[in-house]
Amino acid sequence: MAKIIVVTSGKGGVGKTTSAAAIATGLALRGNKTVVIDFDVGLRNLDLIMGCERRVVYDLINVIQGEAGLNQAMIRDKRVDNLHILPASQTRDKDALTEEGVERVLGSLSEEFDYIICDSPAGIERGAQLAMHFADEAVVVTNPEVSSVRDSDRILGLLSSKTRRAEKNQEPIKEHLLITRYDPMRVDSGDMLNLQDIQEILAINLIGLIPESEAVLRASNQGVPVTHDQQSDAGQAYVDTVSRLLGEDVPLRFHEAQKKGFLSRMFGGGRR
Amino acid sequence: MKLLDFLKRERKKSASVAKERLQIIVAHQRGQRGQPDYMPMLERELLEVIRRYVEVEQDAISISLDSEDDCSVLELNVTLPNRG
Repeated sequence: MAKIIVVTSGKGGVGKTTSAAAIATGLALRGNKTVVIDFDVGLRNLDLIMGCERRVVYDLINVIQGEAGLNQAMIRDKRVDNLHILPASQTRDKDALTEEGVERVLGSLSEEFDYIICDSPAGIERGAQLAMHFADEAVVVTNPEVSSVRDSDRILGLLSSKTRRAEKNQEPIKEHLLITRYDPMRVDSGDMLNLQDIQEILAINLIGLIPESEAVLRASNQGVPVTHDQQSDAGQAYVDTVSRLLGEDVPLRFHEAQKKGFLSRMFGGGRR
Repeated sequence: MKLLDFLKRERKKSASVAKERLQIIVAHQRGQRGQPDYMPMLERELLEVIRRYVEVEQDAISISLDSEDDCSVLELNVTLPNRG
């Protein structure tokens, strides 16, 4: 039985797809058979972030409507052996997603994989609700910024009421907070919410902290999940996050401002 | 000493303003969690009815639904203005 993890946030542009791609890659690199599914029907982007956009033939909707088999639609990752991508449809509208269809697809994937990562669309509409509906765990991606924190709280409300585990009175979904685009320098100067404040407001456990990093844009430009960039702070932070998802106790990094040395102050050494 | 106090008392940092605002709005959102969808509408209409008789402010009304074992209690609080 696979573990189903939804990557969600409510607000758009906070790093859901980046995180879903990075976490799925990290899990697969650790030897877990992993599939990452794009639920953003009509606006697919996971394929671009994973660098397989030219290999998309069939998609999730084709599978749900019986026009293609799962093995025809899933794309094998070029870099990591046991990683697969199931893209969203670019042309259909989101009504093509049905609860029964999603349940059927997740059911068959469950037999074959260890982890199923659901990349949720933004918002709290149907697509987002279906992405979270069958989840065992949720990674709530949050930026240290008021609208993102508020939307994350809304999503937490949905996770605890509109999901299958909630409806069937089963053990609730395990909720994890993933803070992205964190800038310790701005936190120190008092112009950015610090991680303790965000944790206190949302009251869920912190699974990872991804610093604001130039590596993230570089990774998406190239279509290589940032987890592969192990020189970068963001790449290392995602590896830590994956370790914690696997139950390991890893100390937090990148939450304190680095004191700049003389040379980097002189020559403006940027973040790697 | 005065000077030191003055230097220490900077303008309020924007992050702490953000935190305070979020604490209020999140507490409000959580109060609405699990409530039936008709609650905001019910609140609006009740306010309209009350306003036909008394001038009250928009935020003078608070409504909540608490469920216990086998019954639910709808609690309505209206702050009326001072008379005279």
